[in-house]
Amino acid sequence: MKPITRLILAAGGALLSLGMVLQPVAAAPAGPPIKIGSTLALTGPLAATAMIHKLTGEIYVEELNKRGGLLGRPVEWIVKDDQSKPDVARTLYEQLITVDHVDLLLGPYATGNILSAMGVAQKYHKMLVHHTLGIPSLAKYDMQFPAWSVGPDPATTVTNHLLDAFASVGKSPKTIAIVTSKFPSVYVMSEGMREVAKKRGLKEVLFLEWEFGNKDFGPIASRLKDANPDFVFVGALGLEGNQLLDAMKKIDYAPPLQYYMYPAPGPLAKAPGAEHALAGSIFEQHPPFTNNPTAAAFVKIYNERAAKAGLPDNAVETQAAASYSAWQIIEAAVTATKSLDDKVLSQWLKTHRVDTIQGSLRFDGPNNFGDDLMRLKQVQNGHWVTVWPKEWAAPGAKLLVP
Amino acid sequence: MNFPSWTLLGQSLLSGIFIGSLYGLLGLGLSLSWGMLRQINLAHFALAFLGAYLTFQLTTVVGMDPLATLVVILPCFFAFGVLMQWLLSRFAISPFNSLLVTFGLTVIIESSIQWIWTADFRNLESSYGDMKFKIGTLYLPLPELLTLLISIALSLSTWALLRYTDLGRAMRAAAEDGQIASAFGVNQRMLALLLSGMAAAFAGVAGLCLALSYTLSPSQIYAWIGVVFAAVMIGGLGNPLGPLVAGIVIGVAEAMTMALISPAWAPLVSFSLLILVLLTRADTI
Repeated sequence: MKPITRLILAAGGALLSLGMVLQPVAAAPAGPPIKIGSTLALTGPLAATAMIHKLTGEIYVEELNKRGGLLGRPVEWIVKDDQSKPDVARTLYEQLITVDHVDLLLGPYATGNILSAMGVAQKYHKMLVHHTLGIPSLAKYDMQFPAWSVGPDPATTVTNHLLDAFASVGKSPKTIAIVTSKFPSVYVMSEGMREVAKKRGLKEVLFLEWEFGNKDFGPIASRLKDANPDFVFVGALGLEGNQLLDAMKKIDYAPPLQYYMYPAPGPLAKAPGAEHALAGSIFEQHPPFTNNPTAAAFVKIYNERAAKAGLPDNAVETQAAASYSAWQIIEAAVTATKSLDDKVLSQWLKTHRVDTIQGSLRFDGPNNFGDDLMRLKQVQNGHWVTVWPKEWAAPGAKLLVP
Repeated sequence: MNFPSWTLLGQSLLSGIFIGSLYGLLGLGLSLSWGMLRQINLAHFALAFLGAYLTFQLTTVVGMDPLATLVVILPCFFAFGVLMQWLLSRFAISPFNSLLVTFGLTVIIESSIQWIWTADFRNLESSYGDMKFKIGTLYLPLPELLTLLISIALSLSTWALLRYTDLGRAMRAAAEDGQIASAFGVNQRMLALLLSGMAAAFAGVAGLCLALSYTLSPSQIYAWIGVVFAAVMIGGLGNPLGPLVAGIVIGVAEAMTMALISPAWAPLVSFSLLILVLLTRADTI
């Protein structure tokens, strides 16, 4: 190597090192903490999903404080266990406001609990950013903001998108069976599917509903097999999807097309018989979602932390992404307005878009809901991959219809 | 309305028998402790789920065959049952208070399960899961078949033990009238410990069957309480065959309701049957 080349390389190395040393470092947050309060279903039937929100919140607050907190102050997240019960959530949100004196509110997990929290937020004129409300038409409070961007009428838009996806590959089903839990947020979607299927000329060969907590899915699987539809729409929540899938597997039945409304994503993908099963999603941890550096960084941390926490499924998907987006909304509004005033923050959110890891969110539609950003994902080789619309599909992935 | 196919009816009947046998297995220990020890042991359900999680752990981590896990689980659960009975009798817990105490124990066990295994769903992937028999157009999955056979075997052997052995006669005598039985030399205290140990061990066996057939989560503990209580009460307290028979009746009735009417109506079946039985033969319960 020539001396001049060596000199240039050495100088370059020195500059690079200097650059690394002089990287902007956020000032450590100081002063009294900004308290953000919420509840989560840390115990009870919704706990399996709520723990995703807890982990996401912990990661976000840690990273936020490393970046300098909010308005130069550290952020403290006060999270209480609502036991999966809306009545407990209501009491705890009262406590958060009147006893803990939190500055800002974040929503709990699941529709029923969010509606309880919303009532309390309305009573005290507090802004409520929430991540998992499944029935937008019930969100009447002016200062509530959804982080899960499903649009104002997901029962129509999500179900129409689903049939559009089948049509896009020339596999439109002729017959449909809809089986659903009576859990409200799921039931609304199933009713929407019925309406949309009827309008689009599908013949409904079976409609069944069960009470949340049903244990025996054998007869439901047998009735599906007997009805032999082209497409099964399963309005299942969490574990129920797996239970139905298990029951169908036991009688050697696999519908040509099957869609699960709100499954437990990890267990469902791993279940025997789940190959080609479909579900909705706002985020999956593959490009193009992870082309966003913030999303990629979050995925990396979440995967590590979830493994450490002993979660069987470590992937970031809808729940974690919605949760992360809720924190992003709060951070964006506080940073832009330099305020903790609920009215100021709400006004700003209504007139501005917020970039989140699921996409750009707006809050100027009916009940502050913006666009329907739900995409379609499918189990392929034991993993969920986004398959539709094309621009959000995983590299090389496409909707497979057996 | 089209008449359902024979395959649908047959498969639903089998499904009802299978889940009914699990109701019966879960109810066996509960019925014995309620009818013969006068303790309404709500912790029985939590113990069954603890057994299911231990089966999951021993199978997936230690690599044991699910059935072989009983070698570890049965003695541990028997000892737990003995200890629980000793504590309940030591503090002279009344039947009503036993309900409160064992509810507290349920919460402790549920929290422990969630602490150790988290609230996320756990599914035991064993070689039994994929095995099934086919008779004509009907399927008999091995895990459910095992549950049925185990439930029949345990219920029958317990019934025979109580009916034909001196030990069983002594247990029945102690349950009927403890003081008179003691006068005839029956060691009531020892028998109560033995019976409680047996009931807890039965919960462990039910846990194995739960793990083989169901995805587990801690909150599922409460999903079984209502229907199993109904099976125990319909079957008659302290009657080892009662929960199995009543469980199968309930299971089949629920399954047929699902097959012929709507799954949403199924939960009404067990409680309607219970009310009917309470109205017609309240004196025998």
